[in-house]
Amino acid sequence: MTGGSAGEDGSTVEAAGGTPVLRVENIVKRFVTDSATVTAVDHVSFTVAQGEVLSIIGPSGCGKSTLFNVIGGLAEADEGRVVVEGRLMSGPDPAIGMVFQEESTFPWRTVGDNVAFALEVAGMARAERTKRVRHYLELVGLKGFEQHHPAQLSGGMRQRVAIARTLAFGPKVLLMDEPFAALDEQTRLLLGDKVLQIQQELAQTTLLITHSIAEAVQLSDRVLVMTYRPGRVKRIVDIKLPRPRTAEIIGSKDFGLYVAEIWSDLRGEASLGMKDAEAHLPQAE
Amino acid sequence: MANRPLAEAKCLPAALGLGGLAAVLALTEMLIRLGWVNRFIVPLPSEVFVSFERIILEENVLSRFLATAGEALAAAFLVSLTGVALGAFLHRHRLLRRACESWVAGLAAAPLVLLYPLFLVIFGRNALTIVMIGFVSGLPPAILKTVEGFAGTPKVLLDVGRSFSLSPSQLFWKIAFPSALPVIFVGVRLGLMFSLINIVGVEFLINFGGLGQLVNELAERYDLAAMYAAICFVILVSVFFFIASEKLERWLLRSA
Ligand SMILES: Nc1ncnc2c1ncn2[C@@H]1O[C@H](COP(=O)(O)OP(=O)(O)O)[C@@H](O)[C@H]1O
Ligand SMILES: [Mg+2]
Repeated sequence: MTGGSAGEDGSTVEAAGGTPVLRVENIVKRFVTDSATVTAVDHVSFTVAQGEVLSIIGPSGCGKSTLFNVIGGLAEADEGRVVVEGRLMSGPDPAIGMVFQEESTFPWRTVGDNVAFALEVAGMARAERTKRVRHYLELVGLKGFEQHHPAQLSGGMRQRVAIARTLAFGPKVLLMDEPFAALDEQTRLLLGDKVLQIQQELAQTTLLITHSIAEAVQLSDRVLVMTYRPGRVKRIVDIKLPRPRTAEIIGSKDFGLYVAEIWSDLRGEASLGMKDAEAHLPQAE
Repeated sequence: MANRPLAEAKCLPAALGLGGLAAVLALTEMLIRLGWVNRFIVPLPSEVFVSFERIILEENVLSRFLATAGEALAAAFLVSLTGVALGAFLHRHRLLRRACESWVAGLAAAPLVLLYPLFLVIFGRNALTIVMIGFVSGLPPAILKTVEGFAGTPKVLLDVGRSFSLSPSQLFWKIAFPSALPVIFVGVRLGLMFSLINIVGVEFLINFGGLGQLVNELAERYDLAAMYAAICFVILVSVFFFIASEKLERWLLRSA
């Protein structure tokens, strides 16, 4: 049905047209524990083009967060490399902005000061900072909330603050690890809409990690399906739905077809993951 | 309209507190006057109230208040700086932390004030001894709560900092410290209470210095009303420090 370029052999999967901003090449990450060595990420390669949204989808425990940390420079890969606009990454870099799954706003700072955080640390002048903060808060739909504290906002609003904080630093690549996972269904859909709108407005190159198929299809140009243990690239699916997209697209027939296609890829992996989790239950301490 | 319940809610607790206190005092007064409570054990609240004037004019209670508050301030300063520094140090060194934590906790419960002869030998019979006893007895809660505060810093907040390439010292001052601050201040406040109790206690024991000595003298003269009035000034010191610590906490959080 849809032509996705497969990459199970580990070869670099090229971005669909356009120059790649992010190149992830042959990343391997192992965890050595007392009992065993777990290969969490096994020779994963892909690229993301300028302005493109690539989603990575896979069952729980397949290595998505590990990959997120490696690409963001918070964890070191055992093999492989990450290149942004031709520059080899070594550790955290302003070229990559990260948005985390967990609650990550600073509760002691106001919303405005949260968004200003990285700019302030980087020594940007106050006037310029204020201007930027205002701009990005407006972009995420939180105009007028500068003086509020995170505790006064809803979970979805706090996650938007975190997104604004990351975007305000002007990353080339926006990297998000299940940013909506902690939110309820409606909030998640609305926030997905918002992210889509922002992404289109900024033409922001985005790598989104998710375990929700609908979210992946709704937001992405391409969806990368990961295998469970070791985490490999199973397939990359092109999503040829028209842009600009809104949440309304979720009801369409094509949307359903994409979801079904990705689910058929994912089903085997997900059940593997589930069996694995169940097999470990008796030994769980 | 929307502001009114808020304004009411603000004064209501204070009003309730003061009202409750007044009610308890009135009840005590009544019970003593009815002869249900022995007035040689519990003085009349009205007598205590009247004796405020006497201890201010005759016993120099204000300068004693300043002496005790000054000692408490010095101890508070030492407790905060040393306690937070030691707590941060223990948090960094896991082995040391696991080795020390339980006996630091044990120390918190030890009646250190009873070691006053040792302090007298080392520092002499002066304000320094009193400050040092206050310092040592206030230290354990400050250390323990600081360790707890840092341990409770969510990892993801530090990851946010690392993703923005913060240096280790920026990570500490911009994220770990403000995140731990509320818990640290619980420890500092507990430490202050321990310090003050021990400061007044040792003043009483060695009959030297501020309010503790005054309480001692008044007790020996069996001037119960004045003694209770003097104890009210001890409470005043504690209230004063409580308010100051809240102001300091807010200021530190705002500047972090
Ligand atoms: N620090 C670690 N030490 C040991 N094993 C880890 C560590 N982090 C992750 N893992 C293991 O690596 C695998 C992938 O984890 P993760 O990347 O968190 O998966 P996902 O985000 O896809 O749910 C899991 O099996 C997990 O148990
Ligand atoms: Mg994860």
